[in-house]
Amino acid sequence: MNHTETGVPLFEVKDLRVSFGRSETQLEAVRGISLTVNNGEVLGIVGESGSGKSIGMLAALGLQPETATVSGSVRFKGKELVGLSRRELRKLRGSRVAMIFQDPLSSLNPVMTIGAQITEALQLHNDQLSNKAALERAEELLKLVAIPQPDRRLSQYPHEFSGGMRQRVMIAMAVANDPDLLIADEPTTALDVTVQAQIMEVLADLQERLNLGLILITHDLGVLAGHADRVAVVYAGQIVEQASIDDLFAAPSHPYTRGLIASIPDMTADRERLFSIEGMPPALGRLPVGCAFHPRCPMCQEVCRTTAPLFRGNQKHEAACHFAELAEGGR
Amino acid sequence: MTRYILRRLFAMPFLVLGIVTLAFLLTTLTKGDPLTAIVSERQMNDPTVIAAAKARWGLDRSLPERYVIYVGNLVTGDMGTSFITRRAVAQDILFRLPATMELVIAAMIIGSTIGIALGVLAAYFRNTATDHFARLFALFGSSVPVFWLGLALLFVFSVKFGILPGPGRMDARLPLPDEITGFLTIDALLAGDLRVFIDALWHLILPAFVLGWSVAGTISRLVRANMLEVLGREFILTARAKGAGEMRVVLRHALRNTLVPTLTVIGYSFAYLLTGAILTETIFSWPGMGSYAVSAARGLDFPAIIGVTIVGGVVFLITNLITDIAYVIANPRVKLG
Ligand SMILES: Nc1ncnc2c1ncn2[C@@H]1O[C@H](COP(=O)(O)OP(=O)(O)OP(=O)(O)O)[C@@H](O)[C@H]1O
Ligand SMILES: [Mg+2]
Repeated sequence: MNHTETGVPLFEVKDLRVSFGRSETQLEAVRGISLTVNNGEVLGIVGESGSGKSIGMLAALGLQPETATVSGSVRFKGKELVGLSRRELRKLRGSRVAMIFQDPLSSLNPVMTIGAQITEALQLHNDQLSNKAALERAEELLKLVAIPQPDRRLSQYPHEFSGGMRQRVMIAMAVANDPDLLIADEPTTALDVTVQAQIMEVLADLQERLNLGLILITHDLGVLAGHADRVAVVYAGQIVEQASIDDLFAAPSHPYTRGLIASIPDMTADRERLFSIEGMPPALGRLPVGCAFHPRCPMCQEVCRTTAPLFRGNQKHEAACHFAELAEGGR
Repeated sequence: MTRYILRRLFAMPFLVLGIVTLAFLLTTLTKGDPLTAIVSERQMNDPTVIAAAKARWGLDRSLPERYVIYVGNLVTGDMGTSFITRRAVAQDILFRLPATMELVIAAMIIGSTIGIALGVLAAYFRNTATDHFARLFALFGSSVPVFWLGLALLFVFSVKFGILPGPGRMDARLPLPDEITGFLTIDALLAGDLRVFIDALWHLILPAFVLGWSVAGTISRLVRANMLEVLGREFILTARAKGAGEMRVVLRHALRNTLVPTLTVIGYSFAYLLTGAILTETIFSWPGMGSYAVSAARGLDFPAIIGVTIVGGVVFLITNLITDIAYVIANPRVKLG
C-alpha cells in the first residue's frame, strides 16, 4: 500500500489556483500552490490569517464555495480530483480523505446526537453496516480519542461537550473510515492553550497508529514543532518556503519565515517576547508588484519591488526570495 | 418536560377564565342594545314586552350578577341561548367548530408544505429564477386580500374552467356521513364512502389554499432566511466533508436546524388563520365559526359573540401550548424544569 515505493505520492497538488468572482474582477486567493504529502507523512501549512490556507485545502477536495473557480491539479493516489464528478468526490470524502475544521463549537450539528453524527459518517460509506454495529464502532472511536464514558456520550448533543471534547469528536468522526489522508484546518486555534496540547497529542497519536498522511494547517509555527515532518509557509496565496521542519527552524531562508519564527510566543522566557511582523498582509486584489512580501520585508531591495522571485534551492528546501541562498548552504 | 407540560396545563383554567371575563366585559362595552336583536321594532315601545324580554334573557340583572351566572353555567358547558338561532350557543358552536378546524388545519398543512418547500428551494438556489419566483409568490400571498384571492380563484377554477367545485363543504346531493369527528373528509373515510371523501376534499382545496397562501408566504420567507444562515455554518461543511450528498445536507442537516423557528411561526400563524377563516368562510359559504361569528356580530347576538370569542381564545391557547411543547422537543438545548 505504500505508494511512495511505486512512485505515486499519496497527495499531490500542482499549481492550484482558487479565485472568486467573475472574469474581469476575479480575485485570486490561492495563486498556484504545489505540495506533496506521502503516506504517513505530516505536512504543516503555516501562514497568516487570510493567506488562503483553508480555501486552498477546501478546493482540493471540491469543498470550495460556489463562487470560487478552481484550476490546477490535485491528485490523490494518482487520481485527479479537480473536475472529478460530485459522486466520485463524495465517495472519497470522509472515507479516504477526511477533514476537520477550526471551530469545534460550530462544526458539529447542534440538533443531532454525537452518536448519530458519527454513525452517519460510518454508514455513508458502508450501507451494509447495521445501526447497532455502527454505534458499537462509534463507541470504539470515542475511546480511541480518549473521551471518557463513551457509551453515555453517544446519546448527548454537541452543546453538552466542551470545546476540546468536541474537537475530539470531530477527530473521531474524521478517522471513522480509516482514511489515508487527514486535513486538519487549525484544529487547535479556537481552544485553550492546555487543551491545544492535548488535542495535538491525540492527533499525533492517531497519525502514528493509523499511519495517516496528515496536513496540519496553522498560523502558529510553534504548533508544528515536534509534530510536522515538513512545513510549507504560505504568504498571500503562494508558498514562499518549503522545507523539513528541522531545516526550516535551523536555516529559515525567507524573511517571512524568519518573522514567523520570531513571533512564536516563547513560553520559557519570563519576559513576554511577542514579536510580530510589521504591517498587514495584502488584501485580495491589492497585491503589490514584484515580491508580494516586499512592503513588509526588512531586507527589501530594488529588485523585490519589480520582479517576483522564483524558487531557489532544491526539492528538500526551497524558498521564493531573491536573497535566499540555499544552494550555498543557507544563511 | 412532563412537569413543564403539567404546569402549563395547570395555568390553562386561569387563562380561560381571563378570556371569559374579557369577552364578557368587551360585549358590555359596545354601544348596541341587544334588545333590538330580540324584540321586533314595532314592539319596542311596549313596556310589558320589553320587561318580559329583559326578564327572559336576564338583561334586568346587574352586570356582576350576569357574570357570575354566566361563569356558573359555563362550567356545566352551558353558554346560553343565541338570540338569533334560539338554540344553545354551545350546540351551535359544536356544530360549526369542526368545519372551521378542518379548513384551518388543511390551510395550515398546505401553507406550511408550500412555505417550507419554497423556502428551502429559494435558499438553496438563491438569486436564481427559483428564488425570484418564491419571493413573488410570498409577496402576492401576503399582500393580496383573502377575499379578492378567494373570489378570483373561485371565478377561474370553478366558474370559468369548472375544475373545482363552487362554494360549500360538499355536494348537497351526496349523503352526509355519520358525524364522528365533524371533519367531513375524515368522517367520510370512516364511513368508507370514498365518493363523499373525494367530494369533500375537492371542496376543501380551494378555500384551504386561499387561506394557506398568506401563511405560506410568511413561512417561506422565514425558512429561506434561516436556511441561508444555517447553510453558511461550519457543520454543513462537516457534513459535506463526511461525504454526504446535497439532498442529505439540505434536508437532514440544514432544514432540521431551522425546525425550531419554523415550528414557532407555523404555530403562531394559527391565530392568523383563525381570523382569516372568517373572510374565507364567508366567501366560500363555509358553514363554520367564521360565518357564525359574522352573523352574530351583525345581529348583536351577545351570547353567540361571547361564546365564539371564548372558543376562539381556547383554541388559540391550545395551539400555543402545542407549539411550545413542539419547540422544546425540537430543540435539544432547551431544558425545562
Ligand atoms: N466565499 C468567499 N468569497 C470571497 N472571498 C473569499 C471567500 N472565502 C474566502 N475568501 C478570501 O480568500 C482569502 C483566503 O481565505 P482563507 O479562509 O483560505 O484564509 P486562511 O488562510 O484559512 O485564514 P485563517 O487563518 O483566518 O483561517 C481571504 O482573503 C478571504 O477573504
Ligand atoms: Mg482558515
